Amino acid sequence: MLDIKKIRNDFPILSREVNNKPLIYFDNAATSQKPISVINSLTEFYSKYNSNVHRGVHTLSMESTDLFEEARNRVAKFINSKNSESIIWTRNSTEGINLVSNSWGRKNIQPGDEILVTAMEHHSNLVPWQILADINKAKLVILPINNDGTLNLDEIDTFINSKTKIVSAVHMSNSLGTINPIQELCSKAHKVGAKFMLDGAQSVPHIPTDVADIDCDFLVFSGHKMLGPTGIGVLYVKPEILEEMDPFLTGGEMVLEVSYEKAKWNELPMKFEAGTPNIADAIALGEAIVYLENIGMQNIRNHEIELTEYALSKFKSLDKLTLFGPLDPLIRGGILSFHSEDIHPHDIGTFLDHEGIAIRTGHHCTMPLIRSLNIPATSRASFYIYNTKDEIDYFINTLGNAIRYFTDVK
Amino acid sequence: MYDIEELYQEIIIDHSRNPRNFGKLDTANKTAEGYNPLCGDQITLYIELKDKLINKIKFSGSGCAISKASASLMTEAINQKTESEAIIIFNNFRQMITKTTDEDYDSDILGDLEILKGVSAFPARIKCATLAWHALKSILDNNNQEISTE
Repeated sequence: MLDIKKIRNDFPILSREVNNKPLIYFDNAATSQKPISVINSLTEFYSKYNSNVHRGVHTLSMESTDLFEEARNRVAKFINSKNSESIIWTRNSTEGINLVSNSWGRKNIQPGDEILVTAMEHHSNLVPWQILADINKAKLVILPINNDGTLNLDEIDTFINSKTKIVSAVHMSNSLGTINPIQELCSKAHKVGAKFMLDGAQSVPHIPTDVADIDCDFLVFSGHKMLGPTGIGVLYVKPEILEEMDPFLTGGEMVLEVSYEKAKWNELPMKFEAGTPNIADAIALGEAIVYLENIGMQNIRNHEIELTEYALSKFKSLDKLTLFGPLDPLIRGGILSFHSEDIHPHDIGTFLDHEGIAIRTGHHCTMPLIRSLNIPATSRASFYIYNTKDEIDYFINTLGNAIRYFTDVK
Repeated sequence: MYDIEELYQEIIIDHSRNPRNFGKLDTANKTAEGYNPLCGDQITLYIELKDKLINKIKFSGSGCAISKASASLMTEAINQKTESEAIIIFNNFRQMITKTTDEDYDSDILGDLEILKGVSAFPARIKCATLAWHALKSILDNNNQEISTE
């Protein structure tokens, strides 16, 4: 059991009020709140260590480089990557996927090859592959889903075939909460000689992630969804693949030697980090990881299973709502997406906000998925380590009031 | 702190549940689409324009309470108005909702539309209230393509 009261005290924003009500933050799938240690890390860096990395011989530069690389080592350890050269700093998951589709993809995808993604991908794991398929004359194939929001694996061996060169799949759906059987997808991809890329934007912050165990070739995730600052993300690439990849962005930092005619690439991982990197935010992400590790990722997962199970049972008391995604909390994260025939999600969102509750409404950057459900948008509540059953009670109660407010004749 | 009743006035809820002039207009000679990709709201506006007079007007589509009520109230307000009268109503409505300048709007011109005034306190919902109006503007500007509030 987590000491939620103690955890909540570490997050200054949780003590503020919204519309004269205590803030209930249920928009964690969009971005998480930050503990004081992460906030302090940012001010400490700029107050004591600020200078560029990998460049100077002066003390500040060496100290900031040490902190920066220490953060990289922390990330590597956190996802059980054997070496830290496999950890490339990006801005976010989106940039990581674009890096892979541009660098690895353009070089390795041949005309007629197939790229497989699932029907529940975020736009960030769909649009880059659409563009790559278009440029390299390959075929983008979509793995369908079942009515309960799980992947339809009935014909998986037809979908992953000898033409498949890469399978890129989301671990935890940001719209449905579904946790996908990625191990199975990964081993099937490898069996036909395809690469496997994992979108961990929603999963890495909430469930233990072990790249050695999964055996994925690529993994992306975003710092801001796991207690870290915005603007810093991670791309993990298996070392042997990274060696063969060309740089994505070029310029300073990523070169070893430059003449007016040509350049020689720097060693890994700097080869993929052109320009001055996001030093302060990378270091603060390292602090976020320290915070998560102190609590323990399995403890976090257990807490969220408990919250999800509780919320799913409470949802049954509400009429007129359709809940999406699987009902088994063991194959779903703390993400609850729902829709009412009679009330538009934006009206629900405004009503809840008035009572201090922050949820997300809209298509959650999964437009094709939401359209396939034949609805314009959904309302989404998503949990994290600092959320409680009391908050869920208040949320369900307020949601009931919203339904009555908009459907009963006043 | 705001009051939720300021936004969802009884008349707004009524218009959103029972929108007036709702449905397709077969005699329309002008149509325009309004689309808000952020929330998936979509409306189609149909106008039968007769010698610069808005002789008939209807709308169809789906959206939140605010966008539906605004579209419904708009059709009532501009029915049987000339194009230039409609533009004056449009400008006053926009002024009330977005408060882009210090200039005030004319209550008399807006009439019932003034109950949407509360939307101006909800920046995230202004696009909902203006969706139908942008479709109207594109018809009045003779530019009948799909328009988007994004």
